[in-house]
Amino acid sequence: MEGLLPDLEVIRKDFPILERTLAGGHPLVYLDSANTSQKPQVVIDAMVDHLERHNANVARAMHQLGAESSAAFEASRDTVARFLNAPSRDEVIYTKNASEALNLVASTLTFAQEISTEAATFGPLGEGDEVLITEMEHHSNIVPWQLLTQRTGATLRWFGLTDDGQLDLSSIDELINERTRVVSLTWVSNMLGTVNPVREIARRAHEVGAIVVLDASQAVPQMPVDVQDSGADILVFTGHKVTGPTGIGVLWGRRALLDQLPPFLGGGEMIATVAMERSTYAGIPHKFEAGTPPIVEAVGLGAAVDYIDSVGMAAIRAHEEAITAYALDGLASLPGITVLGPQTAHERGGAIAFEVDSIHPHDVAQVLDSRGVAVRAGHHCAKPAHARFGVQSSTRMSSYLYTTPAEVDAFVEALAYTQRYFGTTGASA
Amino acid sequence: MSQMPGQDLDSLYQEIILDHYKRPQNAGLRDPFEAEVHHVNPTCGDELTLRVHLEGGGDDAVVADVSYAAEGCSISQAATSVMTELLIGRPVHEAAAVHAEFLALMHGRGTIEPDEDVLGDGIAFAGVAKFPARVKCALLSWMAWKDATTQVLGAEPTPTPSQSPDQEEQA
Repeated sequence: MEGLLPDLEVIRKDFPILERTLAGGHPLVYLDSANTSQKPQVVIDAMVDHLERHNANVARAMHQLGAESSAAFEASRDTVARFLNAPSRDEVIYTKNASEALNLVASTLTFAQEISTEAATFGPLGEGDEVLITEMEHHSNIVPWQLLTQRTGATLRWFGLTDDGQLDLSSIDELINERTRVVSLTWVSNMLGTVNPVREIARRAHEVGAIVVLDASQAVPQMPVDVQDSGADILVFTGHKVTGPTGIGVLWGRRALLDQLPPFLGGGEMIATVAMERSTYAGIPHKFEAGTPPIVEAVGLGAAVDYIDSVGMAAIRAHEEAITAYALDGLASLPGITVLGPQTAHERGGAIAFEVDSIHPHDVAQVLDSRGVAVRAGHHCAKPAHARFGVQSSTRMSSYLYTTPAEVDAFVEALAYTQRYFGTTGASA
Repeated sequence: MSQMPGQDLDSLYQEIILDHYKRPQNAGLRDPFEAEVHHVNPTCGDELTLRVHLEGGGDDAVVADVSYAAEGCSISQAATSVMTELLIGRPVHEAAAVHAEFLALMHGRGTIEPDEDVLGDGIAFAGVAKFPARVKCALLSWMAWKDATTQVLGAEPTPTPSQSPDQEEQA
């Protein structure tokens, strides 16, 4: 199969969990990587080594372990900056996850007094200002902007979707206008799989002086991402979807913008000096990193991006596309399956949400699980996108660099079994 | 690749459950009713609108009708259907005892032997208790019934029989 990673069997050996068998002796077929990815041994080892040999708090411990821990933490930031082609390491801010990163942006913009972009100066946000998002966003890129607009009186506007799961750009000239202050959208949809034309949208947004925020939670794991080329002013992703640990997310932002945003959380580490009447704040990145950061998680994340970078992001993208195409073919071979979103692999990322006629997604996932096949069922934190297509919930399979064609076969076979189990095979109703 | 399903799967998907799923009893929203509630399962998006109609007051209150519109998986749909069969026509205090028995079964992690005399078709859900992720599916309608019944009893200690709160079509 063209596009597959040439060393797929070697790569699989890097992930100890893939050796697992589940109840009934079924080997694990892990197709829930858009939810969270599995972790290679090198990430596990890096974290264990840090905890066993270098553990100390960062930046404030005046001893050798403190110096080692601080060096490891900041080396991770260097690695992530390099991985994203960030112009400056200081523009890489560690958060708890992508949700917190998006909340950081929306929350600080809520309180920002004045923001200057290359084409506009505005603030504080209020009536008449507009924030533009899309109907395919994850709830984490919806709710923070609802909070911002409710708190400031600004208006929340939405890109609609076309029937084939693309952004409806027909009204872009009206949606992006001189009142638009923020355009925040996902690069790759976690439900529809759609890969959005973010550079073009960013170009249009910048013409009116709007800030462009990209949720790259599903993009960074599976395609080359160069923040300077992306058009983003701010780009966020989460560590645990790029083979790293949970508990750490990344916010990259242009220094010129980050310097204008007020602090997010107040506390230790984010200050220059504190007096009883007022405090002054540290520069980026520490301004946005109050409190003890996720240290061992940062070490794990650094190891993770080193790992996927060594495999090669272009190669991972090719692999995902090959597996996705194969899975789409497999799904098309069964009756009564409706795939949501774009129908061809090159238009989409490695997550495929689908409906099975007359069987609820929960029941699909339950029967698949009894065969060792792990998928996700539900609304995938994208209720507006489901509502757009008149679907309450769906089943989603999502692959990653360790996914094999044989696993896709097992998935399709288990799906056929599910239809037989519920007696809906060949049901044409 | 034609292995038999794990025993667990068949204990979850009992014939009774699949029968109720395919042919739900007492489905649809009906008048009269004194309380209507809308419950959702936020993790999966299952939704249920449920109406309760009580007749008589105080200790004599009887569950005259439970009607519903639901969207959800086989477990939640079947649980709703079975619940209406069990509760309609019973005095509220008896229905509350059945509710308590079903809750205990669901929270028993598969260790409780269900009492068929109390739970009827509800005993088919004993296997669900072994699937922690599905317990909330089975309980959605039972929680909604309790919520609605509490609203009726709390708001109107002696509900007037056959009086609909208003004639607006809410469904």
